[in-house]
Amino acid sequence: MIETIHNWLYSTMPQGVASIVEMILIALAYLGFFAIAGLFLVLMERKVAAWFQLRIGPNRVGFYGSLQTMADALKLLSKELTGTAKADKFLYNLAPYFVIISALMGLAVFPFTKDIQAFDINIGIFFLIAISSIGVIGILLGGWASNNKFALIGAMRSGVQAISYELSIGLSLLTMILITGSLQLSEIVEVQKNGWLIIQGHIPAIIAFMIYMIAGTAETNRAPFDMVEAESELGAGFHTEYSGMKFAYFFLAEFINMFIIAAIATTVFFGAWLSPFGITESIPWLGVFWFLGKTLVLIFLMMWFRWTFPRLRIDQLLTLEWKYLLPINLVNIVIMALIVWLNLTIKF
Amino acid sequence: MSYFSDIYKGIKTLLTGMSVTGKYFLTSRKGAITQQYPDNRATLKMFDRFRGEVIMPHNENNEHRCTGCQKCEIICPNGTIEIIWDRGIDEETGKKKKKIDQFVYHLSMCTMCALCIDVCPTDAIIWGQNFENSVYDRTKLTRVLNEPESKLMPGVED
Repeated sequence: MIETIHNWLYSTMPQGVASIVEMILIALAYLGFFAIAGLFLVLMERKVAAWFQLRIGPNRVGFYGSLQTMADALKLLSKELTGTAKADKFLYNLAPYFVIISALMGLAVFPFTKDIQAFDINIGIFFLIAISSIGVIGILLGGWASNNKFALIGAMRSGVQAISYELSIGLSLLTMILITGSLQLSEIVEVQKNGWLIIQGHIPAIIAFMIYMIAGTAETNRAPFDMVEAESELGAGFHTEYSGMKFAYFFLAEFINMFIIAAIATTVFFGAWLSPFGITESIPWLGVFWFLGKTLVLIFLMMWFRWTFPRLRIDQLLTLEWKYLLPINLVNIVIMALIVWLNLTIKF
Repeated sequence: MSYFSDIYKGIKTLLTGMSVTGKYFLTSRKGAITQQYPDNRATLKMFDRFRGEVIMPHNENNEHRCTGCQKCEIICPNGTIEIIWDRGIDEETGKKKKKIDQFVYHLSMCTMCALCIDVCPTDAIIWGQNFENSVYDRTKLTRVLNEPESKLMPGVED
């Protein structure tokens, strides 16, 4: 189907126009899909949270509360956009777009199946890490421009957290790249046809995965690393002064970032759209379901973290990164390099 | 070497916590603690130690256990209880004896501290399970706990 649309566009229009129209169509498709996916993830978060705490969760709007987040989104859309009088208006209004756009840009490079990948660049993983750290600028801007002490403290914490945990994310992914020998996501998937990387790399891969999940949770500013919002200390942290749709952008960005972190883990550790033992290899479009299924399992894991662990103090946060994750990560890279060098990887 | 044992302990305790919440997650459908209140009004039972309001139980002969000793009235920190009492002739002994006329209870002033219930020598008042105490007129919150024409249960002495 994608092929026919592509051919039809190029046959009816001049090449330059056709490529632009195609880009816009792809962008709209992604935007639409992830706006709905964001709503679904919020609902999932609320339901999962309720079940972890022996509650029932939203169950009034729609069938078992299935339309609850839709109703919330409509409410947020219709709300007045308020702001503080002394806020830096330009930066204050810019911040939510910064956060949401950087979150959406990351989605472009994921290989949902062999054919559905909007943007297959040869520095895929590097691009993802770079994009995901741009979002922090939006948070810093929002906190700074709000002219509110809680927002400012939250934003500064976000900066500290992002600078620290970027290292762990980068290094743990680098550990896996030692096996694949390529940053390109389609190449990484290709390598995993001999077994998912978490199996190929066995012990160091599992350590890298654990570090990645810890650092990824910190990167998305979710509990137990939600120093940025820290309701009990900072009101709502960096988005204290935002309301209505601007708040919704921050909220949606948080969930899309969570999706991105889980999707990177799926791609790098769990073979992206590859089915386990190649059981559905003959039906390539099923890859989408495998990709989204694995991603949802990892998102569920992050939700499990969130509703189990208490929030860290800021010094504990930094101790965890600089005294534990980073040294372990560095040793882990050396071990992985040795394993790749001595050909000790497990391949089927 | 506490560095490595710290890591081990850290991971172990985190997994312990996750197993607890994991069990909750699996059993939440049956064991949810949420009460969907107005829907399950008919079946909703409060727990045994719930402090809804002070009540005075009566038996089938319309007899209560209150001797009118006024200990509850004295101990109440905010004057919730007022006992209007009288002296009557005791039928068995023929002596004059104190008996209650009206046991007035102001629910609007009660803080549910349970001092009156603790101090009562004859266990005449206990906690009731009713929790729907909202009314449109606050005078309705002043209640007379002993039923009209009720008597002291025979054999109850303080």
